[in-house]
Amino acid sequence: MGPCAGAPVMSLLEVRNLRKNFGGLAVTDDVSLNLAKGDRVALIGPNGAGKTTFVNLVTGQLKPHAGSVHLDGEDITAASPSRRVQAGLVRSFQVTRLFSEMTPEEHVALALLQKQGRSGRVFGDYRGMPAVMAETHEILALLNLDGIAQQPANSIAYGQQRLLEIALVMALRPKVLLLDEPAAGVPGSDTMLIERALERLPGDLAVLMIDHDMDFVFRFARRVVVLAAGAIIFDGTPAEVSRDPRVREAYLGSYADDRSQA
Amino acid sequence: MQTILSIAADSLAYGMVLFVISIGLSVTMGLMKVVNLAHGAFAMIGGYVASYATQQMGLPFGIAVIAAIVCTVLVAIPLERLLYRRIYGAPELTQVLMSIGITFAIIGIANFVMGPTLKTIALPEQLQGPVDLGFRSIAAHKLFAVAVGIVVAGGLWLLVERTPFGVRLRAAVDDAAMAEALGVKTKAVYAISFALAIGLAALGGVVGAQLLPIEPYYALHYMVTFLVVVSVGGAGSIAGALAASLILGLVQTTARYLAPEYGEFFFYLAVIAIVCTFPNGLLGRSK
Amino acid sequence: MSDMPVNSVTTRSWQRTALGDFWAVAAVALVAGALFLLFPTNLALLTRIIAVMLLVLSLDLVTGFSGVATLGHATLFGAGAYAAGIFAARFGVTDPLLMLAIGAVAGALAGAVTSLVILRGHGLSQLVLSIAVVSLAHEAANKLSAWTGGSDGLSGIAPSPLFGLFRFDLFGRTAFFMAVGLLLVVFVVLRIVVRSPFGMLCRGIKQDPVRVRAMGAPVYFTLVKMYAIAGAVAGLGGALSAIATKVVGLDSLSFTTSAEALVMLVVGGTGKLFGALVGTLVFVWFEDRVSAINPFHWLTIIGVLLIGVVLFAPKGLVGAAESLWARVRGRRS
Ligand SMILES: Nc1ncnc2c1ncn2[C@@H]1O[C@H](COP(=O)(O)OP(=O)(O)OP(=O)(O)O)[C@@H](O)[C@H]1O
Ligand SMILES: [Mg+2]
Repeated sequence: MGPCAGAPVMSLLEVRNLRKNFGGLAVTDDVSLNLAKGDRVALIGPNGAGKTTFVNLVTGQLKPHAGSVHLDGEDITAASPSRRVQAGLVRSFQVTRLFSEMTPEEHVALALLQKQGRSGRVFGDYRGMPAVMAETHEILALLNLDGIAQQPANSIAYGQQRLLEIALVMALRPKVLLLDEPAAGVPGSDTMLIERALERLPGDLAVLMIDHDMDFVFRFARRVVVLAAGAIIFDGTPAEVSRDPRVREAYLGSYADDRSQA
Repeated sequence: MQTILSIAADSLAYGMVLFVISIGLSVTMGLMKVVNLAHGAFAMIGGYVASYATQQMGLPFGIAVIAAIVCTVLVAIPLERLLYRRIYGAPELTQVLMSIGITFAIIGIANFVMGPTLKTIALPEQLQGPVDLGFRSIAAHKLFAVAVGIVVAGGLWLLVERTPFGVRLRAAVDDAAMAEALGVKTKAVYAISFALAIGLAALGGVVGAQLLPIEPYYALHYMVTFLVVVSVGGAGSIAGALAASLILGLVQTTARYLAPEYGEFFFYLAVIAIVCTFPNGLLGRSK
Repeated sequence: MSDMPVNSVTTRSWQRTALGDFWAVAAVALVAGALFLLFPTNLALLTRIIAVMLLVLSLDLVTGFSGVATLGHATLFGAGAYAAGIFAARFGVTDPLLMLAIGAVAGALAGAVTSLVILRGHGLSQLVLSIAVVSLAHEAANKLSAWTGGSDGLSGIAPSPLFGLFRFDLFGRTAFFMAVGLLLVVFVVLRIVVRSPFGMLCRGIKQDPVRVRAMGAPVYFTLVKMYAIAGAVAGLGGALSAIATKVVGLDSLSFTTSAEALVMLVVGGTGKLFGALVGTLVFVWFEDRVSAINPFHWLTIIGVLLIGVVLFAPKGLVGAAESLWARVRGRRS
């Protein structure tokens, strides 16, 4: 591996030697990771491995102590979170963050307007914009949220809030998408909806997904990265990961056993 | 030279009074996260009680101080039970409005009971007149205010750093949920701290009555000052409140001596400068 | 597959908002007309109420819709009042509409500039910064008495006839009608602004600024912009009060006025434009009546009222009325 000089595959997202300490603890320990167009990567690791922290560093919610983040060849290490999103680097949250008093329709419409650079408009109601409305309801329908499009977000079920979180990031039309446990808290039957939505994402999009559900991960990912104690200990195909002794030791042992029993 | 000394002496006395009154607010704000704009109203109640005890009942000053503290705490306890408890953890705006409401009601009632005029507190012989410090003389009541401030600061420091109660208090300030999980009865800690805070406010109201005169609008006039001290010092920090009181006391007193026509202009300029530079206060913890 | 129902829902909600706008304006105009007929001798008070309504509407934009805690909002009102007053008294700009425009611009500028300071804080520090800003402005206006008249107030404001036709009469009729017209225009514009994408963004910031950033929208800039809009509204209120009363006093730029505006907003209900109107009307009207008898009784009453609102009607009078209405309708259907 290593930085591939002159390689034809251009990385969309390039993370170099990222470091973050909380107190004395290295939560992100010299992490480097590349995502190319069309990548479907799963980031897994035990609880507290530093997965969410990694996403926070990449998307700018946290400032790294060292290292850099590049998007499309441009250094965005110092850019604000909103600048990064405008550049196409979008994330979802492990613990749902929604506007509690707004409806799903408003959430998605606002995200679409934001992407179109129209969210600063002082006049005009999105309900009077047919294109926005059509797209909003297309996205909502994809995640089965059509029926509750007009209810405040704090009054809908948690599983539906998780789906809305996905709808929101889809509306932002990302180039690179970082999903932090999108299926956590979603009832089993509805993970189907998330999978369907992820399949609908444009093929040239780079997606990195964190999840603990190994079946979900293995169906989705073509590449698996394992993080343990803040460092990457494995980067390879799903087929290899369950055979890797270090991964087994650090994390996967119990899952592997479960799977072989099943 | 004389001016500088006068400014220094007045600033110190004024700053200490601010400290004694504000420290209670700082503790409750750090602990219970309640923006209590009515804190000054309790200082005012203390002042009224002491005034009534010395002037109307002819009681000695020492007894009046104790009576002021006890009565004010007795007034505050039902208010804490009935009103404040419901706004712990509420948004700041709610807390501001509730405590403004309490302040307004107390002002109205104070005027109804005590009348709109200024009230004075009869001082004992020893606190009247000047004291000769060798290089200059200074009003005895100001020295007394400084002494009370030092005693309060030292006493609180001992209480917080050296007693089992202090351990619980610090734990609850750090992380109330965690403290509760570790067996600290946070409700009791809250109640005791609230009473302590109100008692200190009353004490400050009495000791500072020469500098901040007691009248119904006291609660409104100084509401902002106490809030500013807490914010500049950092909620929950004793040393921060002391530093803020002394700095702001110095700025305000100096401005009054040197540029009276500017009013509080420089005071608020200093507040903006400090709060913009240290949004969590001089010694507050970052969130 | 679900195109049909979606579209019909859209058109319906779209028509409903247009109809809502119409009824809202009609209601305000109706109440204004009724008050005019019922209290023909109190037009000065009614005009003052409308000026304060503009201040409270402005505060609602910043606090109710965008979640900025401020106890210094009179700064923007005072900026508009003094700007209009100074231009009229010192530079002879006496056309009332021009004075309103000057007030709006001054308010917007004051809003944008002070927001740079206030938005640096959060929670307690934000409150304290807002108090410091209004107190600083107050002291500055006091010191600059050559321009502002200091504590005597700024006098010598003589607005020329409205549209060159209607003189500002002793009974305050012209001022009242101008005020009602201004209020209606501002009210409609704000209803549109609040529903706009920008308005939604502000509501989003109030509910979760982190999420707004993660959507790629700027939080700080959006709030500064909202402050400028709110400043224009409050500045219009200030200018209106300068035109109607022909004086500008230091109290238009005070902490007390700021705190009172917040009280009015909460009594009426935050985050709804009607809340601002109802709260102001109720507050100023009763203040005028009760404090004529004894100002301290007024303080006690408003104190108890505030406590009651916080405890029993946290959404204000309008919020309480809405839920009552919802319950009545729910029972009927
Ligand atoms: N703001 C913070 N301050 C201090 N420590 C933190 C902070 N955020 C996270 N940590 C610590 O950093 C470590 C990594 O946390 P992180 O949330 O990144 O883990 P994770 O891999 O996402 O775990 P999970 O699978 O449970 O979501 C944990 O030990 C956590 O306690
Ligand atoms: Mg995580």
